[in-house]
Amino acid sequence: MASDDIWILGIAMTKFGKHSDKDIVDLGAEAVMAALTDAGISMREIGVLAAGNLMGGGGFGQMLQKQVGQTGIPVYNVTNACATGATALRTAIMAVRAGEVKFGLAVGAEKLAGAGLLGGGGSAKKDGNKWEPKGRFGSVAPTDGRIGTDTMPGTFAQVGMEYGHKYGGVSFELFARISEKNHAHSVLNPMAAYQKRFTLDEIMNDMMISYPNTRPMCSANCDGAAAAVVCSGETLKSLSPEQQRRAIKVTASVLTTDPYQEACQVLPDVNTLTRNAAKIAYEQAGVAPSDLDLVELHDCFATAELVHYDNLMLCPEGSAADFFDSGATWRTGSTPVNVSGGLQSKGHPIAATGIANVWEICHHLRNEAGSRQIVGAKVGLAHVIGLGSACGVHILERSGR
Amino acid sequence: MPTQIPHVSYLELGDRPHLVAHECVACGARFFDRRNACANCFGTEFRKAMVATEGVLRAFTIVAFAAPGVPVPFVAGIVDCAGTSVRANVINVDPTPEKVALGMKVRLTTYSLGVDDEGVEAVGFGFEPAP
Ligand SMILES: [Zn+2]
Repeated sequence: MASDDIWILGIAMTKFGKHSDKDIVDLGAEAVMAALTDAGISMREIGVLAAGNLMGGGGFGQMLQKQVGQTGIPVYNVTNACATGATALRTAIMAVRAGEVKFGLAVGAEKLAGAGLLGGGGSAKKDGNKWEPKGRFGSVAPTDGRIGTDTMPGTFAQVGMEYGHKYGGVSFELFARISEKNHAHSVLNPMAAYQKRFTLDEIMNDMMISYPNTRPMCSANCDGAAAAVVCSGETLKSLSPEQQRRAIKVTASVLTTDPYQEACQVLPDVNTLTRNAAKIAYEQAGVAPSDLDLVELHDCFATAELVHYDNLMLCPEGSAADFFDSGATWRTGSTPVNVSGGLQSKGHPIAATGIANVWEICHHLRNEAGSRQIVGAKVGLAHVIGLGSACGVHILERSGR
Repeated sequence: MPTQIPHVSYLELGDRPHLVAHECVACGARFFDRRNACANCFGTEFRKAMVATEGVLRAFTIVAFAAPGVPVPFVAGIVDCAGTSVRANVINVDPTPEKVALGMKVRLTTYSLGVDDEGVEAVGFGFEPAP
């Protein structure tokens, strides 16, 4: 191992689902304690904490320290929409790479069970009012529902439909079949919030949320946390053979935002920044998309998964529908995607997601994934995107020892 | 005393209602809200530009589940108005996948949002199928 390599020494996630007896600090602490145990070190050794939480009140990292160990180290409280967890991990990695600390700890936790629809809203005009222009658009009434939609299912539905307009080949059924795959995968994942296989008919006839996304085609709001301990190759050399054997190499760690594109002012462009992040990541890691043994990508909605096949260059440009139809992304295919069940069944506790998908990859690379193990997995990619937008891509490789 | 007010400041009413954008003088990028510098080229000079009132539906969704107070179902979409992307509802059409299609031609239209206590009518916009 080269001295300046970055390694995941320990990583853990809580089961995703409804944890009504635990708050975000309890969930975060559970993930941190498990990640430290997995790493074989204690809070005493940790030099920096990057703590991700989106929907809580702030100061999550310090609350967590009081729960697991207050050592006076710097805390970076991180929020970056659905890329919050990946941003926390990237923050810890940057601190280690800069040589400021030996061990970095990243954690993400969220309580979302029962949160309902995300995005949208605005109050209706009150009685006795006068029309008064307000805000950046000088609007006299709420715009959500009158000038397009602010809801997440609606936004990502349009993202998938836009791909269909550009390249053709998409249909309600195609998107539903992507969801069918992920729910089928989830049956093997005991950490998933939902482990229920659906038939295609059940998915298509379920409650329509925002055409073409029905309820099972939307990510599941739930509670959960995930945490990771990172260190440099130099540090890893000083650790035990067992720690070295289980460590997973981070061969690429990339965070991007959306560069200007004509239409990004009216519909978030989730494509360009993902493609940019993927390009940089493949270059950093020195691998090609065809080298990937598994991919965990941000299937916040079935319509989103399709476009990211293309954005991550898993298929030639414009051919994501054909790629899916070939069976490539099922766990038995050439590029298994979301063998965890993805956000649609594993669940999407926002700030935890970006570390939990790295955990899933590490689990396979360590050959510890049990019945859902992708046999012989050596290289994997984890992707998340947060609207606004931010995209995190991490490529991971097993040590080979 | 005006008798009408637009739903948003980038909708211009009158005989031929249309949308107006802040256009970057240097690169032509268009924005519906104010900018200090162009997001594309950082230019700081902007001029008003009229947006075409006809376009093509480039993406849509039929929202069946929305925030409280938002009537459903409705069609939300992105309209390519001669190169300028516009976010809008598609109105005067059945909100079903059979009646709304990617690539369909649409045109700007307006409708009343109601009248306030002082008798001023707010006017909103949407796009409707064009022949
Ligand atoms: Zn410009």
